Amino acid sequence: MSTQPIQAQPLGDPRKPSRANILRRYTADRIVSGLAVLATVIVLAPLAAILFYLVYKGASSLNLAFFTHVPAPVGEEGGGMANAIVGSSLVLLLASLMGIPVGIAAGVYLSEFGRGKFLGNAVRFTADVLNGVPSIVMGITIYSLVVKPQRHYSALAGGIALAIMMIPTVTRTTEEMLATVPLAIREAALGLGVPKWRTAVSVSLRTASPGIITGCMLAFARVAGETAPLLFTAFGNQFWSFNLNEPIAALPLQIFVYAISPYDEWHRLAWAGALVLIVLIMVSVTLVRVFANRGVLKGGS
Amino acid sequence: MGVGIQVEDLNAWYGSTHTLQDINLHIPANHATALIGPSGCGKSTFVRCLNRMHETNPIARATGVVKMGEIDIYREASPVEIRRRVGMVFQRPNPFPTMSIYDNVISGLKLNGFRNRRILDETVERSLKQAALWEEVKDDLKKKSGASLSGGQQQRMCIARALAVDPEVLLMDEPASALDPVSTSKIEDLIFQLKTQYTIVIVTHNMQQAARVAENTGFFLNGKLVEFDSTHKIFTNPRDKRTEDYITGRFG
Repeated sequence: MSTQPIQAQPLGDPRKPSRANILRRYTADRIVSGLAVLATVIVLAPLAAILFYLVYKGASSLNLAFFTHVPAPVGEEGGGMANAIVGSSLVLLLASLMGIPVGIAAGVYLSEFGRGKFLGNAVRFTADVLNGVPSIVMGITIYSLVVKPQRHYSALAGGIALAIMMIPTVTRTTEEMLATVPLAIREAALGLGVPKWRTAVSVSLRTASPGIITGCMLAFARVAGETAPLLFTAFGNQFWSFNLNEPIAALPLQIFVYAISPYDEWHRLAWAGALVLIVLIMVSVTLVRVFANRGVLKGGS
Repeated sequence: MGVGIQVEDLNAWYGSTHTLQDINLHIPANHATALIGPSGCGKSTFVRCLNRMHETNPIARATGVVKMGEIDIYREASPVEIRRRVGMVFQRPNPFPTMSIYDNVISGLKLNGFRNRRILDETVERSLKQAALWEEVKDDLKKKSGASLSGGQQQRMCIARALAVDPEVLLMDEPASALDPVSTSKIEDLIFQLKTQYTIVIVTHNMQQAARVAENTGFFLNGKLVEFDSTHKIFTNPRDKRTEDYITGRFG
């Protein structure tokens, strides 16, 4: 180690940057910051445009009846999408209850137990391929596996289709988030005589939970707007239904039906439905974030 | 109370690297034993073999006999049992970031399914007092995250966490190397008090530290235990030329 004292540089020292150099650095700094801001705007613009357009087209059709009534028969004025809102919520709840636990469990396996093993690599590969399966294919598959044997469309079949679509996203984010948990923290738990499975669940998973919750929300938001997998599974329903074994209405399906109809009134309702769908997704994602952040101790690193 | 550790013909590998070669030594109960040697000489691998942490690395393996008291830890006990009886403090403080100070200290019991509140409360207070941290944190036990403490406090919290499961042996892998001098001296004071109740094995790069806290010292070089003797003997009159070169600073 050097023990020489640090001496102040005299003015005019050749190591001091020149005026031109400072100007160049300043300009480069501004250009890069400007590009970053521009990129942010480009990312936000489509979202803002979509929201604005939905409000412009759909807000006028929103009224109390929209949230309390079932769709009106052809030729009648009014009606709403209450059954579709409830139906979507039910199907998504079902999908989350099935898809998130399976996805997280698979992610824990990949990260904590399956590293370098054949089964681990196979699961990882399958998840990546599953992620690329078109949603319409998922719909047809569940149709032949669940709907046909049962001989009827059902909310359950819709939930299964969406759950399978959620699994790859949840699995891969869980795995990636667990990989960011430092080895030192796992060793701390193992060193206390905590069994490996308990370390994985109570220490690694808990430490990685904010990122995993984000992954679950991404998966949720993605399938919340899916129409194709529901066409042959949940099917849609013009009336109230709370029976998971019967066809059920869902917002994307209702929007689809209204949007391809020849009636102007139904077109307006489709816009309103789209607006409600997006707002509901944003609200549920925000609520989960708020609740997930509760009870987190302050002052952590 | 602590127990003695008898090590016979211990060999360890990482992949094909033979990191520990034929280690034989006896670590006496209720004393502090220091392990010194240049980086990469196998000291850390050695202590990790004493609580079977070595084998958590998939490419690592070990052969030989390690007896804690009467138990052969590789043949007569599971790694989980051994790690409950042999506490470990790591080089860098490693608090659980999502847990409060209270939960950090008690994690060894809680994660093993222990739920009696009164005993948990008592254990937290006793362990933090043993680790000389109680006075500094007693008002924030459940309010603050363990990760919000300073480095020195975190390390003492990690010592409290290791003590809370009531181990017989405490392994310390360079416990003060990431800390400032004030925190270091606090940790050394702590080792002084703890060695009356626990068997302590401390890996250190700091030879003054070994001289201050340990009754016995072992010198490791290239995976071999070159010399093991009383600390006084090692630092004043070593038998081996290599030990002498190392402690006088001629290499390493």
